[in-house]
Amino acid sequence: MEIKVLGTGCAKCKTQEQYVKEAVAQVNVEATVEKEEDIMKIMQYGVMATPAIVIDNEVVSKGRVLSVKEIVKLITQ
Amino acid sequence: MKKKIARAGRVISFSEGNHRSFPIMITLLVILLSILYHYLPGLIDWFAYDLLSLSSTSHIGKSIHFFFYDTIKILILLFLISGVMGVVNAYFPVDRLRVFLNTKELYGLEYLMASFFGAVTPFCSCSSIPLFIGFVKGGIPLGVTFAYLITSPLVNEVAVAMFLGLFGFKATLIYAGSGILMGVIGGFLLGKMKLDRFLSEWVKQIQNNAMAENELWSEENTTFIDRLPIIIKEAWGIVRSVLLYVVVGIAIGAVMHGYVPENFFTAYLSTDKWYAVPLAVIFAVPMYANTAGIVPVIQVFVAKGVPLGTAIAFMMAVVGLSLPEATLLKKVMQWQLVAIFFGTITLFIILLGFLFNVIL
Repeated sequence: MEIKVLGTGCAKCKTQEQYVKEAVAQVNVEATVEKEEDIMKIMQYGVMATPAIVIDNEVVSKGRVLSVKEIVKLITQ
Repeated sequence: MKKKIARAGRVISFSEGNHRSFPIMITLLVILLSILYHYLPGLIDWFAYDLLSLSSTSHIGKSIHFFFYDTIKILILLFLISGVMGVVNAYFPVDRLRVFLNTKELYGLEYLMASFFGAVTPFCSCSSIPLFIGFVKGGIPLGVTFAYLITSPLVNEVAVAMFLGLFGFKATLIYAGSGILMGVIGGFLLGKMKLDRFLSEWVKQIQNNAMAENELWSEENTTFIDRLPIIIKEAWGIVRSVLLYVVVGIAIGAVMHGYVPENFFTAYLSTDKWYAVPLAVIFAVPMYANTAGIVPVIQVFVAKGVPLGTAIAFMMAVVGLSLPEATLLKKVMQWQLVAIFFGTITLFIILLGFLFNVIL
């Protein structure tokens, strides 16, 4: 599984990246976590509000920070 | 990919079960907060003057009273307002606004729409660039995008809660109303100036490939009850994230309240000095201060003799325009456009300041 956190580098986006890493550590899933800060690449996902989470090229959340619990739910589905 | 996003919207419906009791809990919470809000003055009187046995005329007594009363009042207001804005956002997110602006013939009302939604969406400076690009990509005129961009940092839940708590209803209405109006007029004028040539090269390319995204905004199938926990959680998150700024801002305000003499600022910033407003605004533009931190200080200025118009103009310049924002905008536009944008808004804020000093 390939998880990307989209964000231009603000505090919220960093928090989100942290939460994603915690969630991945919790559920024992084979996953890479990457932070995408390049605005051109972020726009390719059609996201207008950051932070956003992309799992296997699919935007699953945008515009708000998900909690660890919510991310766990997303990646175990 | 569009389809995927729409589908993904439904993935995020975290029904955590047992939400039958949720509406009751929310109602109870709101009633409880309202009661607390209503009895707060008496409660703080008792706390400061009886429990701590401070004199209501002493400096320390006044400062302590101001600090506790205003902090609690503002936090309650902030929580409630964030909740209301959260509900609006859940039903009308910015993606939907974009589709709406694209598909409907609005006869100029699009400026008002964009400006109004700039006011109700929570502003995060790091979101302004993706948003700007998103609008350009969707073929929305630059002027309409500017209308959103002007109002978004200016009118937000924190500013509204702080203004309500410290200046009352009338001043809040004036602040929010003029902020939205400024977005409309500013956006309209900037749109008329044909500034597209000053966008960055890569943004121009996006603009040339712009497509009106006509697809209907796919309604999420989550029920209101399912969403409420998330909305409440986010409102609480906003309160928590500005808590420190509110406390520090009000603490500074409280100290100034007790110790700065009456009419201290009048000598420098009174209405009869024509340069007071421009000076306050120009001084404030490069400054960036957290809204929560700046309003309590402004309130002290006003209490000590600075005209409200000058104070509002100062505040607008501090939160609406800043150097960090300029550097962000520099990524999507050439410096000429950043300068025109900042110049226009600065001018508007100065004019507003004069206007308020005359009519208020």
